Amino acid sequence: MSTLEISNLSVNYAGTNGQSTLALSGVDLSMKPGDFVVALGASGCGKTTLLSCIAGFMQPSSGQILLGGQPVYGPGAERGVVFQKHALMPWLSVLENVEFSLRMRGMAKAERRAIAMDKLRLVQLEKYADYPIYQISGGMQQRAGVARALASDPAVMLMDEPLGALDALTRAHIQDLIVNLWWQTKKMFFFITHSVEEALFLATELIVMTPSPGRIAHRFQPPFSKQFIDCQDSRAVKSSPAFIGMREEVLALIHASPGAVDDQ
Amino acid sequence: MTSDPRGSAPPTVRAVKGYSLPGEGSSVFISVFTVVLLLALWWLATHLGWIRDLFLPTPEKIFTAFVSAMRGDIQGGKALPEHFMWSMIRVFSAFFLAVLTAVPVGVAMGVSRVMRGIFDPPIEFYRPLPPLAYLPLIVIWFGIDETAKIILIYLACFAPLAMAARAGVKSVTIEQINAAYSMGASKWQVIWHVIVPAALPEILTGMRIAIGFGWTTLVAAEMVAATEGLGQMVLNASNFLRTDIVIMGIIVIGVVAYLFDLLMRRIEQWLVPWKGRV
Repeated sequence: MSTLEISNLSVNYAGTNGQSTLALSGVDLSMKPGDFVVALGASGCGKTTLLSCIAGFMQPSSGQILLGGQPVYGPGAERGVVFQKHALMPWLSVLENVEFSLRMRGMAKAERRAIAMDKLRLVQLEKYADYPIYQISGGMQQRAGVARALASDPAVMLMDEPLGALDALTRAHIQDLIVNLWWQTKKMFFFITHSVEEALFLATELIVMTPSPGRIAHRFQPPFSKQFIDCQDSRAVKSSPAFIGMREEVLALIHASPGAVDDQ
Repeated sequence: MTSDPRGSAPPTVRAVKGYSLPGEGSSVFISVFTVVLLLALWWLATHLGWIRDLFLPTPEKIFTAFVSAMRGDIQGGKALPEHFMWSMIRVFSAFFLAVLTAVPVGVAMGVSRVMRGIFDPPIEFYRPLPPLAYLPLIVIWFGIDETAKIILIYLACFAPLAMAARAGVKSVTIEQINAAYSMGASKWQVIWHVIVPAALPEILTGMRIAIGFGWTTLVAAEMVAATEGLGQMVLNASNFLRTDIVIMGIIVIGVVAYLFDLLMRRIEQWLVPWKGRV
């Protein structure tokens, strides 16, 4: 079983006229299969930079990322990514989008269709397999994005605020779906959000990040996603005293940290 | 008002339109009216003797000229279909050669700094030149036969196509490229399976512009040096003051150009139904 080890990761963005911005400073994080890490923080705290480094879209200034003991260089199919804005290919149908990674690998059509349909069933989109991307709703597009990332059977799922643009009801529904997916697949999940409630509901490990320089300021181990697996009632989980108590605790920490809340 | 299958509104409730953009709605009826009005004005002007026959013959005479041209009963002795066929062969062979070469060059310019550096100066230099300005040079280099004409039309089509493909590359989003890399695609696969499809709407727009350029250049080239073709037919008729054939030729050239554009729009709807919807 592969694990993800991030040690002493720093990113210093080169700016104009010699200045630079320290977006990430000395981040340590380790994940094993079945871990659901959620990065929570305001804009500019470096959470997307951290995800981009794990995905291999950018190289860190220092530190290293090991996946299954191997250093990460560049993007690869063992790290599936779900984006904030869907980033699906509009010239392909829902099914063709999901089977994209398998087609790139040269898998035969019948075989890849079967795998893609299986992933669409996991996100309850099998009825929309032949729909064009522009004819399905935003929530369906994000679920198609999740199915697409799952298709290559990655060791880790990287999700960059995938539910940020959705309405509250759709968002809650897809949160339930993601927790169930995580439990079924036992993959590592790394999920970015700026919703405290969403972070607490999904995470087994919640990292609260603060800006300038971006770093991990606090860590929590919320028990709520496992509670949801048992009861399948997200409203009951989210309205329990323990949930509300931890939510207030996290909110208080975020508001207390300097520079964390600049636009509210 | 008949009942709407989706809503059970009683017929007393007036149906209203939702929001609409300025200029929305079909303009076909109004366009037909404009054309009919122009034809009527033409008919009146010629039949009431406002304009001399030499300057503007009657619509009936243009039709007669069309019928006799179809039979080959005009100066030069070649029938209209033959002129038409030669023009089509020239413009389409040059256009397809341009599509085959300009699209890869444009995409290469979009994705590669080196390619952009190499191709940008020559294309940007010759692109604004009127093709008739370098036609004499092409005749000196390649002679007066078909090669020269096809090269001239090819050059006229090449620049807008290459520019469109290059600009089209920019329509791909960085997320789409990153997503493809994260799904294990190689650099070539990203170009072929992500960048080229994303650029296709702009490439098709470029094809629409290019075929228009090609057509205008063709007629101009045929007026300079040809023994057949629509442009040559019009020029030859003007030498004999056959205004009826000149106008008939102009109408044929205009209608063909319009049909080209309709065809390209149809191809666009068929190939990129997602254009503007994501």
